[in-house]
Parts: sequence; C-alpha cells; structure tokens
Amino acid sequence: MPAVQETIDRVRSIDLDQYKYGFETVIEMEKSVRGLSEDVVRFISAKKDEPEWMLEWRLDAYRRWLTMQEPDWARVSYDKIDYNNLYYYAAPKRPAALSLDEIDPEILKTYEKLGIPLREVEVLEGIAPERRVAVDAVFDSVSVATTFKKELSKAGVIFMPISEALREYPDLVRKYLGTVVPVTDNFFATLNSAVFSDGSFVYIPPGVRCPMELSTYFRINERDTGQFERTLIIADKGSYVSYLEGCTAPKRDDNQLHAAVVELVALDDAEIKYSTVQNWYPGDNEGKGGIYNFVTKRGDCRGARSKISWTQVETGSAITWKYPSCILRGDDSRGEFYSIAVSNGMQQVDSGTKMIHLGKNTSSRIISKGISAGRSQNTYRGLVSAHKKAKNARNFTNCDSLLIGDQCGAHTVPYIESKNASAVFEHEATTSKISEDQMFYCQQRGLSNEEATALIVNGFVRDVLQQLPMEFAVEAQKLISISLEGSVG
Amino acid sequence: MLEIKNLVVQIEDNRILNGLNLTVNDGEVAAIMGPNGSGKSTLSYVIAGKEDYEVLDGEILLDGNNVLEMSPDERAAAGLFLAFQYPLEIPGVGTMTFLKACINAQRRARGEGEISTPDFIRKVNAAADKLEIEKDMLKRALNVGFSGGEKKRMEILQMALLEPKFCVLDETDSGLDIDALRIVSEGVNALRAQGRSFLVITHYQRLLDHIVPDTVHVMSKGLIVKTGGKELALELEKSGYADYRSEAA
Repeated sequence: MPAVQETIDRVRSIDLDQYKYGFETVIEMEKSVRGLSEDVVRFISAKKDEPEWMLEWRLDAYRRWLTMQEPDWARVSYDKIDYNNLYYYAAPKRPAALSLDEIDPEILKTYEKLGIPLREVEVLEGIAPERRVAVDAVFDSVSVATTFKKELSKAGVIFMPISEALREYPDLVRKYLGTVVPVTDNFFATLNSAVFSDGSFVYIPPGVRCPMELSTYFRINERDTGQFERTLIIADKGSYVSYLEGCTAPKRDDNQLHAAVVELVALDDAEIKYSTVQNWYPGDNEGKGGIYNFVTKRGDCRGARSKISWTQVETGSAITWKYPSCILRGDDSRGEFYSIAVSNGMQQVDSGTKMIHLGKNTSSRIISKGISAGRSQNTYRGLVSAHKKAKNARNFTNCDSLLIGDQCGAHTVPYIESKNASAVFEHEATTSKISEDQMFYCQQRGLSNEEATALIVNGFVRDVLQQLPMEFAVEAQKLISISLEGSVG
Repeated sequence: MLEIKNLVVQIEDNRILNGLNLTVNDGEVAAIMGPNGSGKSTLSYVIAGKEDYEVLDGEILLDGNNVLEMSPDERAAAGLFLAFQYPLEIPGVGTMTFLKACINAQRRARGEGEISTPDFIRKVNAAADKLEIEKDMLKRALNVGFSGGEKKRMEILQMALLEPKFCVLDETDSGLDIDALRIVSEGVNALRAQGRSFLVITHYQRLLDHIVPDTVHVMSKGLIVKTGGKELALELEKSGYADYRSEAA
C-alpha cells in the first residue's frame, strides 16, 4: 500500500473542518417551479426536447408514484421529506456548451477545484494513454461537459449525457431504459423515472474493449434541489467497460435529496465493472444537513457468461439507502459486490446488495466492509437467492464490521432464499473493534493516533480497495482517512 | 540515562507501584526479575505510556526530560522502545508498510527527512538476515499467523530498525524455544552499543545467560527490593523468590 504515507500526510494536513468539497458555486441558474406536478414533468421533458414517448413514460411514472408509499423498512430515521418543497430541475442559465470554451468559467473552476479535469488538453499532458479517463460532468440537473467523445466514437463507444442520447439514439435508449429497474420498482426509482434530468449513457458495441475508463462526476450545487440522475450502460456481446462515478455537494444546513437510478445490461460474454466513490456532504457532527442518498442500482447479466462487478466506497451522505444488485439471468454469469461503507458523526448507512441467481451455474461474490465511528449506524443488508432453475448456483458472502469508539453501531442483515437444492451459499461475518492494545502498539512504534487509525483501517479494507482502479484506490484511501478524522479519542 | 523517581502507579484503585526508584545509565543493561504480580509489566507499560495506568506520583526522566508528559508516540520518537510480551496482530497491514510508516513517523517527529525506499529495503534486509527472518514473513500482514517465536523476532527487528536509545524487553524469552532464544539474544546483543541502554524484564535466569546484564534488580510488591551484579540472578535461580515475597510484605 504505497498510499499509506500519503494518507497519513493528508490526514495531518486537514483541519477540523473535514469536508473539503463543501464550497458553493455562485452562478445564475434556471429552475423549475418549486414542487412536483404533471406540469413540472412536462417542463423537464420539454427542456430536454424529448420524444413524445419519453414524456408519456415519465407521466406514467409520475402517476404511479402518487399512489406509492415511501419505504420504511431500512434501519434509518429522518424527518419526512416534503416532496413539494423541492426543486426538481436546476440548470446553469447559459445555453448548452458546444465546446469547453463555451462552458461557464465558474463551472470549469468548480470542477478544477474538485480535481476533475474537463480540459482534454490538460488531461493529455503527461498521462499515459491507458491512464486517461473520459469524464461526463453533471452539475445539478444537467451534463455540462463530456470529454474524449471523439476518440471514443472512433472505437464505436457511445458515451454522452442521457438527454442527448434520447435525441440521437432514441431507439437504443428505448430498447433498454427501464428494463432492469422497472418504472414501478420502488418509490424512489419511480420518482426518478418521472423527473430524472440527466446522467450518462454508455453503449459498448460487440467485441469492443472500451479504450479508457469512463467516469461521471456528479455535483449538487443548488439549495433545495433534488438530483435525479439516470445512468444506463449497455455492454453488447463480448465487450468490456470500466466505469467510475464520483459525487460531492456543498455544505448546507438543510438536507438535499439524491435519488438516482443506474441500470446496467451485460449481454453474452460482456463485462461491466462499475465503481463508485461516493462523498456527498455527510452533514455536520450534530447531524444537521447532508445528502439523503436513496439510490437504485441494478445490473442485469442478461447474456450467458456475462459479468457485472460493483465496487463502492461510501463515505458521504447523511443517509445512505443503496443496494447495487445483480440479476444473474444468463447461464454461467457472475456477479460481484465489493463495498466499503464508512460512517462517522451522525451518519446512517443501510446498504448492501442483492444477488438474484436465475440461470444455471451462476456465481456471485460479496465482500462488504463496514466501518462505524462517532455516533453513526451502519447496516449491511443483503439478499442472495436462487431460483428453481438456478442449478449449481454459488455464492460466497463475507461481511466484516469494524467499530471505532463505543457509541456507534454495526448491523448485518442477510437474507438467503434457495429454491434449488444444488445451490451452495456461504456466509461469513465478523465484527471487531480497533482495540486499545493495537492502538498502543502502533503508537509505541511512533505513529500518532490518526496515523495508527488510518493504518489499521486501511488494512481492514484492503481486499476491497484492491478491486478499484489504481488511481481511484489511492483517492478512496485518502477519503476513508479523512472521513474518520477525529473519530479516535 | 533513564531515571525513575518515587513512581506511584495504580490501576482501577489497585496500587501496583509504590514509590519505585531505578536508574539505568547510558550503555547499561539492567535486568529486572521478580515473581508474578510484582509490577514488572506495569513498569514497562508506564514507561511506554499506556493509558490505563494512573500515575499518582513520581517522575520518569529520559536524559533529563520527563516522559510522563509525552504521548506514547512522542516517547517513541524520543528513543523509547518497548518489545511487547504479546505483540499485537494488525490484519491487512503488510509488515514492510508498517515498518516504513513507523520509521518515517519517528524521523518526521525529530525533524529528519524520510528514509528513501532503497535505503529502507537495504536496512530491513540486513536486519532480517541477522534475525533469520524469511523474506516471505515480511510480505505478510504484521504478526498475523506468526508463531510466538516469529513475533518475538519481529519485535527485535523493529528495535533494530528504529534504533532507540532505551529499550525495554518485556518477558521477551516467554514462549521461545532454545534456538529462538539464541537468535533473539544475539539480535539484542548486536544492538548493545555505546550509549544504548536496556531494561530486560524476565522471570528466569536463562535469558540472562544469553543477554548478560550489568546489573540485576529484584522487584517485589511494586518496589525494587534488591540490586546487585549478574551473580544475583544466579542466586535467585537457586533460592527462588520466596525471601523477597516475605521481605516486601
């Protein structure tokens, strides 16, 4: 772990005000009226210049949503969200930029501050081709820039804002949208279906290995604004793509809602690797402010021998409600879920995965590492099921929880359902504390409190960090240390 | 030089050390022997700064500076090293990573530059060879799955790399077979140099056959009750601790 030293330096250099992405961009915005109605849905659809069928799709979702109840089974508690007091659309006032030069300089500056390069020229300098990352930057409700589009299109890869894809490749979007997460799937997914404003669309043609990492960077800026992004990734037969998502938001006293939907489709022999580094504003130490993160992520291993792998590092949000899942439909398909969920302060995390084995010889692997500090609550909730026809389904689950201090909680809620006698499911779970003896041992060798904690925690999450693309692993490692700053007394 | 003056320590209302006095000069190897429960391990923890112990009175001076006012990591940077009786396991943290982090933390605390990677690797390899530590062991997570003997050798490796001024060895011989005892002792003897002092805590004479002390102190009921040369250890081996139990009572 070469980054340990860097982690330690980073921890040392930060002040008590831990969340470094909490700044606000002052920029003129165009917003929908406050609240939600059919008119607002129509407004969003019109803004995006969408085809008629898409508007109908949204309206149908909206009407369904009105009949649905917010779920309350997760181990999280929060004041009721007033859905009529939110803005469902907010976009920078400047017209859509055709080139980077036309982007509002304030927005460019925002992404620079966040360390996300939007200027390809700058990105190109001194970076080996295989280390390049194409970025789609989503600012509140709209995508403001997508880099490396030309180079990707040479390989036949489509990577663009979903609003643009709806205009340019309507048939392709229509064929797959809502086929993994149906419109009526759950309260938050249905809401998203009605009002989603942007997100990324990716299509990898048959046999193509995407020439670079794809990445979307989400930023919520506006007050009282919900972000409802929609991501759709299709890996056609025999293709491969690695995709990374990052998120931040300014510090605000009130809570902001983020209800995203991500759908992945892997056809025969295709592989999708989806990584998330989630660092939404978590609220202050008293639990004031922070993002409510209610996200539906699901991958469909539709083809034989296909593979979908979710890796997530969750350090932000006041509330996390998120279960990236795999439907193992194709025979011999494989699903993976690697997760590090860190909670500190008053954060509440209820996260995990679902592995639904439908096809023959399907296999899945779940490695979950929960770290709780402060007064936070951290729950792993996971379902592994085997359908009647899922002959020889295999699952291995390992859930480890690490507690720091004595005021936090870790909970593991596994659900296992097997309707096929040949299925073999294994489940391992451990809960441990960073012991005072371990801390003393490290300190006796010269490490400070923070350094010792960072080292022990890095050791705990190592299996999962190894799954992340190298540069993101380094970032994730730093993020984890920063999130735990001050958690050891 | 380490000077302990009138040290009074309790843990959860139990008095463990009762005004202990002890001086270890530069370059001196001092052994502390004593029966179970005499406060030997407590003394080592208090020197290193473990939290659970309440120091009611007294001073511990390292080269004139009161270490009781320092945090454990500051004491380490000042040159104090404790070889643990039961070294801790740190899962997932590679031994090399741990060693480098510790060396650099101490160097930074002393305002020195960080060690270069080639220098670091050279140093570790040289020290590991002397202690007959396999390269494979250095690649594993620190102390995880190590045998008792391997853990103790790892303690001495750390001591060699950190180059402390004052080393406390807490029952380093416990759990060692004859061969491991020889390797560990040779490792310690190699570090006996002008200026570096050792406080060797042990129940048994046999360690002192290998690490020959300059002075031997007998501890009982939280006090040093007798001090002598290396022959005192041999005496104890014959007569046992019975005399000292009653003496202090």
